[in-house]
Amino acid sequence: MSFASILAQLLNGLAGASSLFMVAAGLSLIFGVTRVVNFAHGSLYMLGLYVAYSTVEFLGRTPLGFWGAIVVATIVIGALGALIEIAILRRIYRAPELFQLLATFAVVLVIKDVALAIWGAEELVGPRAPGLSRTVEIMGRRVPQYDLALIVIAPLLLLGLWLALTRTRWGALVRAATQDREMVGALGVDERKLFTGVFFVGAALAGLGGALQLPREPANLGLDLAVIADAFVVTVVGGLGSIPGAFIAAILIGVVKAFCIALGTQSVLGLEISFSKLTLVVEFLVMAIVLVVRPYGLLGRPPAQQRAVGEITTLPNMPDWRRWLPFVALLALIPFAAPDDRYLLVLLTDIAILSLFAVSLHVLMGPSGMVSFGHAAYFGVAAYAAAILMRKVQLPMEVAVAVAPFVAGAVALVYGWFCVRLSGVYLAMLTLAFAQITWSVIFQWDSLTGGSNGLTGVWPPAWLADKRVYFWLTLVLCALGIGLLWRMLFSPFGYALRAGRDSPLRAEAIGIDVRRLQWFAFALAGAFAGLGGALFAFSKGSISPELASIAQSTDALVMVLLGGVETITGPIAGAAIFTWLKDELARRTEYWRSVFGLVILALVLLFPQGVVGGLAMLWRRVRPAS
Amino acid sequence: MMLHVEGLHSYYGRAHILADVTLEAREGEVLALLGRNGAGKSTTLKSVIGLVRPSAGAITFAGARIEGLSPFRIARLGLGFVPEDRRIFTDLSVMENLEVGRQAPRGGAPTWTPDRLFELFPNLGRMRDRPGGRMSGGEQQMLTIARTLMGNPRCVLLDEPSEGLAPLIVEQMAKTIRTLKAEGLSVVLSEQNLHFSAMVADRAVIIEKGRVRFTGTMDELRADEQARTQYLSV
Repeated sequence: MSFASILAQLLNGLAGASSLFMVAAGLSLIFGVTRVVNFAHGSLYMLGLYVAYSTVEFLGRTPLGFWGAIVVATIVIGALGALIEIAILRRIYRAPELFQLLATFAVVLVIKDVALAIWGAEELVGPRAPGLSRTVEIMGRRVPQYDLALIVIAPLLLLGLWLALTRTRWGALVRAATQDREMVGALGVDERKLFTGVFFVGAALAGLGGALQLPREPANLGLDLAVIADAFVVTVVGGLGSIPGAFIAAILIGVVKAFCIALGTQSVLGLEISFSKLTLVVEFLVMAIVLVVRPYGLLGRPPAQQRAVGEITTLPNMPDWRRWLPFVALLALIPFAAPDDRYLLVLLTDIAILSLFAVSLHVLMGPSGMVSFGHAAYFGVAAYAAAILMRKVQLPMEVAVAVAPFVAGAVALVYGWFCVRLSGVYLAMLTLAFAQITWSVIFQWDSLTGGSNGLTGVWPPAWLADKRVYFWLTLVLCALGIGLLWRMLFSPFGYALRAGRDSPLRAEAIGIDVRRLQWFAFALAGAFAGLGGALFAFSKGSISPELASIAQSTDALVMVLLGGVETITGPIAGAAIFTWLKDELARRTEYWRSVFGLVILALVLLFPQGVVGGLAMLWRRVRPAS
Repeated sequence: MMLHVEGLHSYYGRAHILADVTLEAREGEVLALLGRNGAGKSTTLKSVIGLVRPSAGAITFAGARIEGLSPFRIARLGLGFVPEDRRIFTDLSVMENLEVGRQAPRGGAPTWTPDRLFELFPNLGRMRDRPGGRMSGGEQQMLTIARTLMGNPRCVLLDEPSEGLAPLIVEQMAKTIRTLKAEGLSVVLSEQNLHFSAMVADRAVIIEKGRVRFTGTMDELRADEQARTQYLSV
């Protein structure tokens, strides 16, 4: 590998980093002031690219048309961000942080369908930048002029942002609100205007980042989640709320990626390592390393202690198994009531499995206070473990299903060791990173996992071949799993977990090893998610890397949030509503995502405590003090 | 009447913190809100400025009803709030902290500029560019007051202004409050320190367990030994 090729890759990496920096800076700015993790930031990037594409088509492929389109896209997306803040987020700032996350996730779904309706599912390749369409020869390598322009634009933008933040009153207000927004309000500053303004700027940065990629990257509908994952990584590596940090992190990751491509396949100590394949995971590796060494990112600082609101949460009652047993029995009778409805059986099986999946995530999110953005990792790992054990190791299905949760638990034990060292958003992002690594490994390990095709022929043995029998097995195992998890939450272990969540310092002071407990809870949640994954694999007959994808993780997140984090039956209700609704909608309309997103938004705005929490509150209101 | 609070009730969750608090601050006077730790003094001030939403009661400020308004609207009517734990923006310089508090000049209230504030707090003038996080406790306390004055308030609420300050700084604080009064500002301050209040206040209200137990002039309080021992002595 020559110096020239390294340089060429380096420039390529830097050019790619500039858009990433813009998205991450916007995300960071918004999070700093409003404490909202804007899942829709990748969607705004994607829309920026689409809007720029259409505007160029309209204005013509001239320099004025091109740069005019970039400006138009930036402003349009900024205005859209402001609209999202005014119409949705403003109404739920007082709700738990996770609800804001759920709302922005609903926005992701809606935007995706809007883009699908306007621009279609085909990739759209934008024009080259007029006037900058040539290449420049640097050390015998051809480097696109446009890449060099991007390399210059990013630091200029950083400078502009830095000046705006340090030299203007608006900047002082933004920085002050990042630290203590309540105090800023008490000093007479209209927080709502400030927040809307920050959303405008943050969204405009995402739009600009997307628009500037027009000559480099085709517009497509998969960009939203791909970009948000990248932006999370950059923001977290740089330190949440630090814009120079985002810049450094974007460059670091851009360059490391570029080097992996440049290295190609190398032989290290007689081992063939394909570095170019590593690009998919390398940013997440960088993030994992940075977070372990510097838990708050390169330039980040520990988040300011949230002021205690003095809110009293009531401890949910332990569910009584005698009350739930008839319910489970009733469910078991359904196949007799509708013997020919195969669709209903499949749906019920899915709901049972996903209920267990959601409850296992709830154990992390609720009592343990650890939000996971990557819970699908354990679901997916177990599904693959079960399938591989049966198909490649020739173990009986029963054994495979029994062993798979332990594999998932072991993986969770490893990931958890890193994750429990962090808290809050940082922890959530690290779980996302590990899930993405897992997905990439599954996706690329063709010989073992079948790569993107997945594995087929994962069917249960003859005695379970009947869908009804398989449903019964699933129902019993999932009910047992949920029962065990519930029981655990009301054991001394569960109480200690809650104590560690509510007041880590006091819990440690009375001799609770909070980190160890959380670690154990993490592994346990992973294992039970794994049981769900293994059952899922055999219910479908085939598996694909989708099972460990970000989308699968966010599904679980939505189920828990939809049902309500504070209630114990919430995740089950969430799983049932989610699965049923998704199924119903997907059968009826191509645009099921947006309908689903709007339903979530309506629920979030109407029931900020989740469906079960909200119904419980309504119930209390209807029958006061019985 | 500058500030009138009538029958105020406030809760934290289910805990009933304020029960029927009634008090008033007249124009240009210094009113001391006295009481032991946890009596409800801070909650009273926070309810007035809107940081705690009162569940019942009426608050009138300069002729306008303000209960239920958001804090920024109340602040913009000319009511300044200085929190007890200072809440300085530690990343921002002294000048930037002042800038965040700035509001347009207001009729009927003194107008403050950074230069005027630096006359009042000479220490701050010598550290204009220093980040708030690298100042001593006393300096931070001065900065919070200066920051609130930048909003040109007609009335300031001072939550425990003497708490945790060295004796010399406490003297300075008393002098500052007397200057504010001389400028024509109304001041409501919460205090545990009777001695400090005696130096600055015209009238006093004693709160205990969320209820008003005494209202009167400082002279009347000096004469009422029973009220002092029953509600204030530790």
